[in-house]
Amino acid sequence: MAAIELRDVVKTFGPITAVDGLDLEVPEGICLGLLGPNGAGKSTTMRLLTGQAIADSGRLRVLGYELPAEAKTARGQMGVVPQLDNLDVDVTVEDNLAIFARLYRVPDVGAAIEKALAIARLQERRHDAVDELSGGMRRRLLLARGLVHEPRLVLLDEPTVGLDPQIRTELWTLIGELKARGTTILMSTHYIEEAERLADEVAVMHEGKIISRGRPVELITEHAGRQTAEVYGPPDRLAEARAEAEAQGLSVRPAGPAIAIVGSERADGLVPDDAVVRAASLEDVFVLLTGEEAD
Amino acid sequence: MEAATQTAPAPRKLRRLERAAIAGVMSREVANFRTYWKGTTFSSVMEPLVYLLAFGLGLSATLVDEVNGVPYIEFVGTGMVATAVIFSSALPSMFGTFVKHRFQNTYDAILAAPVDVEELVSAEMLWIATRSGTYGCVPLLVTIAFGLDPAWGMLLTPLFCFVTALGFSGFGVAMAATVAKIDQFNYVTALFVTPLFLVAGTFFPIDGLPEWAQVAAQVNPLHQLVELVRGGAFGFEWQDTLRFAFLVAFAAITWRVAIHQMHKRLID
Repeated sequence: MAAIELRDVVKTFGPITAVDGLDLEVPEGICLGLLGPNGAGKSTTMRLLTGQAIADSGRLRVLGYELPAEAKTARGQMGVVPQLDNLDVDVTVEDNLAIFARLYRVPDVGAAIEKALAIARLQERRHDAVDELSGGMRRRLLLARGLVHEPRLVLLDEPTVGLDPQIRTELWTLIGELKARGTTILMSTHYIEEAERLADEVAVMHEGKIISRGRPVELITEHAGRQTAEVYGPPDRLAEARAEAEAQGLSVRPAGPAIAIVGSERADGLVPDDAVVRAASLEDVFVLLTGEEAD
Repeated sequence: MEAATQTAPAPRKLRRLERAAIAGVMSREVANFRTYWKGTTFSSVMEPLVYLLAFGLGLSATLVDEVNGVPYIEFVGTGMVATAVIFSSALPSMFGTFVKHRFQNTYDAILAAPVDVEELVSAEMLWIATRSGTYGCVPLLVTIAFGLDPAWGMLLTPLFCFVTALGFSGFGVAMAATVAKIDQFNYVTALFVTPLFLVAGTFFPIDGLPEWAQVAAQVNPLHQLVELVRGGAFGFEWQDTLRFAFLVAFAAITWRVAIHQMHKRLID
């Protein structure tokens, strides 16, 4: 049984179609990265999965429960780590965990708190108010709060957005440990590196649809080939290089001050000698498919 | 990370209005309340004290000695119960709900757990009503300290306050789910809260007002509460049963309206 099954799901907000005929299946035990630019429909998809948004049409099943009718029961077995910090800041670390252990009907609240504190590595700060914690500690606590009931499925909504690199790495370690336990994870992100490091499979989402899906290496091979050549120079030179590459049917994308010729191994004598040739990446795939610059 | 060792309960289909969900949401309120109870309790005691000194002692010494045979300080003191109830229920529920939704994203976190809007609103209302039911009794205790004779009927005051506060907390939650900006509460306060407070019969008897205002006062839950509290202090009448039924109906209606409005606000 798939942990998540979405079939032809549509969700509109007035004139805006946030999710547009979405089909998505997440097998149990994998980490699927939902990769897309801002506004792709990732957060709306997450809200649909928790029953906090109701689809206009389509079919949603989570852990075998039909949504929205059985959303509450499904939520009991899933954990959600939100994009925004919504901890109770005046309350202690321990109480924040206790509240959610009760909301999830955990039979032994004390034991659940101890495990969650261990996950967040906050045993020493258990009696401190959340307000007194550093940004990284708060993020770890937010993650541990979503795991306090040992869920079968975890939804991570942009888990490291806006965090500095050190805290991001800490979070990645924790998510990696969660993966190792076999928990099914659906993680929305617009960070390429995050998807590459953590996800078993990546689904690229754009304008409310999944436009490509596979293991990162498969996506790269399918859409970007083996190599990418980055050409630097004045605008005239870049325009000339772009035109020549496109004439040969190669994909070209902007890459900051350069242009990137994707699949450059197929470029027959086109790549200038001073171009920087590197292995093709998920970022190349993301930009080619969505037309958006990657973070 | 530790391996999972705790045995999860067998999944079961969750019902409406589960006690565990309501208790869980209320436990969050209790945990937060523990961080600010001193200030709230201080103001809840000081405010009626100041009002009693200003109106009760001030007016009774200069202008009004008695109302309907009741010493003015006791008339005001028993009426102040309603004032304490509306200010500790309608206002905290309006502002608290708005802040938790709009600024703290608290409800997003709660609704991601196995809790639905009906349980969330019910828990918020029950908590505010419990608190308000307790603080509502303070003016009565202060008035006793000023000379009001205790009566058995006063033991029902927490219940009267609780039911009225339930209604006003529902009203506050519904308003919070309706307004677009926090400053729009100024309209709510000016149009509803202040008039209800002033024509409740707290500071002067309703029968001195024009007839239309007397009729309007009958649908003012605060007036019904004032009459019930005075009934408890000075003797009940048969109409008090109807007054209590009115307050129960008020609470039931605002409960459903609050759930409806919050559902519209929280579920896309």
